[in-house]
Amino acid sequence: MLNAMLGEAWLAMGANRLRTALTMLGMVIGVGAVVIMMAIGQGAQYAVQQTISTMGSNLLIVLSGSFTASGVRSGSAGAPSLNVADAEAMAELDGVANVAPTHQGTRQLVYGSQNWSTQVVGTTPPYLESRAWSIVNGAAFSDSDVRSATRVALIGKTVAENLFVDDDPVGKTMRIQQNPFIVIGVLGSKGQNLDGRDQDDTVIIPLSTAQRKVFGTPFLGSVRMIMVQAESAEALPRVEKSIESLLRQRHRLREGMPNDFFTRNLSAAAESEAETTRTMSILLGAIASISLLVGGIGIMNIMLVSVTERTREIGIRMAIGAREKDILTQFLLEAIMISIAGCFIGLVLGIASALLVNAVTNMVIVISGASVLVAFGVAAGVGVFFGYYPARKAAQLDPIEALRYQ
Amino acid sequence: MGDAVIRVVGLGKSYETAAGLFPALRGVDLTILPGEYIAIMGPSGSGKSTFMNLLGCLDTPTCGDYFLDGRNVAHLDKDALAKLRNLTLGFVFQGFNLLPRMTLQDNVALPLVYAGSSQQERREAARVMLDKVGLGQYADSLPARISGGQQQRVAIARALVNNPQLILADEPTGNLDSHTSEEIMRLFGKLNAEGITIVLVTHEPDIAAHAKRQVRFLDGQIVSDQLSGTIRA
Repeated sequence: MLNAMLGEAWLAMGANRLRTALTMLGMVIGVGAVVIMMAIGQGAQYAVQQTISTMGSNLLIVLSGSFTASGVRSGSAGAPSLNVADAEAMAELDGVANVAPTHQGTRQLVYGSQNWSTQVVGTTPPYLESRAWSIVNGAAFSDSDVRSATRVALIGKTVAENLFVDDDPVGKTMRIQQNPFIVIGVLGSKGQNLDGRDQDDTVIIPLSTAQRKVFGTPFLGSVRMIMVQAESAEALPRVEKSIESLLRQRHRLREGMPNDFFTRNLSAAAESEAETTRTMSILLGAIASISLLVGGIGIMNIMLVSVTERTREIGIRMAIGAREKDILTQFLLEAIMISIAGCFIGLVLGIASALLVNAVTNMVIVISGASVLVAFGVAAGVGVFFGYYPARKAAQLDPIEALRYQ
Repeated sequence: MGDAVIRVVGLGKSYETAAGLFPALRGVDLTILPGEYIAIMGPSGSGKSTFMNLLGCLDTPTCGDYFLDGRNVAHLDKDALAKLRNLTLGFVFQGFNLLPRMTLQDNVALPLVYAGSSQQERREAARVMLDKVGLGQYADSLPARISGGQQQRVAIARALVNNPQLILADEPTGNLDSHTSEEIMRLFGKLNAEGITIVLVTHEPDIAAHAKRQVRFLDGQIVSDQLSGTIRA
């Protein structure tokens, strides 16, 4: 019986091709819009997630802050209030995975006839792990390099490309501030960070070397920033608190005195960025769904017209034994077929235009099986929802009235 | 009387109108036996159409009982009535009422769709019936391709396809010329000779004369019920 009804629905759709096509167009546009919006929204989410994963997870930075000594007030531009011993003490705290004191600044690098200004980061080996840096060529420096302040450097991909061009950088000597440094490794590429800065445009050297040879700080062992990685996201708030009390104790800050440092939860910032894109993605989908709704109303409209036009046919069918259920099924099937066919075309067009957007703008797009399934399900749902009222109207016609209808 | 195809007792039907309750049918009693060929006559407004709708299970009576094939169907629900229309009755209308988008074969097979037959059964039964009314060669044509008389023969084939207890024909020749009307009436005569019970509604006396029994309606009541010997000869 179902195959007969499908055949009839097909005939009915073919009877007025232009009208069927226009009705379908509403669904095509609706589904197409949902698919492309979801592809763009999920693409944005994916891009943000990628960036977050390159940043390193569960990160906290402790920055040296303002302090007042003998009436001299100073912000973070003054003498740094943090030191390596603070970092070593933090490493002992419960829930802390990695601690890396860092000192960074911009310096010019020279290799042969090339030069390149970049961010130079002086730090300790745990930094690499906490920021999720990998070494693609060569090896990392060790704690003993930090202790003896060796002049070794790890360079980012952008630096390698600009300074060494075609040469293999590993084992080569470059100059930072007139000091020769041996490149011992090239860092794996991470791309842009959330602010759009190129994370690969960097050089990492041992902290002690940076302070003695590159930045020449008068406060040896003092740092402006300590990078802390917690063992888990759950441990992060606890770690933040215990760092605060540890530092207040170590810095001998009395009750009522302000902190001479700041802590900043990088992961929280990243999370809120992810949340923003998620919200945007949902919003895009919601706006696109409105066109799906409009498409559904179009189906309902045309089905109502169709029921009126085919009143006599309905009467004939009832006279030869169609039950209400049969008539209902027939018209519902027709509405669902229109919406599914429209949905299918919409999916194809939506995916094609998403790919086009990707090709033309380089925007990241993600077409997930789930979003395709959702679009299909919603379209079928729209067909049932908006097809039900006209179909019920048809099924509840009085056979005598319907037969008499001209 | 237990084996009557149709037995109606005190059948009445009233309609709500602006002027109040209008009794279209007032206490009709009638028994139709298997194999009968009966014409229901009367001017418009006589209640014959209302009676036909009740006999055809398209409507339910206000009062009285209607035994179809021994079973009281006066107060069955819509689905049960639909089943009776599908399996026990066969309709033939004045306007042929074929579905224009379907081939003749599909038109004839349509009652079988609602009876739940398989595609194979539908095709075979429709072929047999189309052959029976002499239109087997047009099985794959659309109704618009054949003449009115041929369309009515297809409609008769459709009415017969579920082997019903009786055929209800409502002004079957109303849209046909006299020559084609004769053809259709000959077909009905032939079917009746094979034992099929036929109820014919008409206002034309010469059409009614083909039937073996004439029942005349006036003002919602039966005013005459007579057998005619003429056609049998």
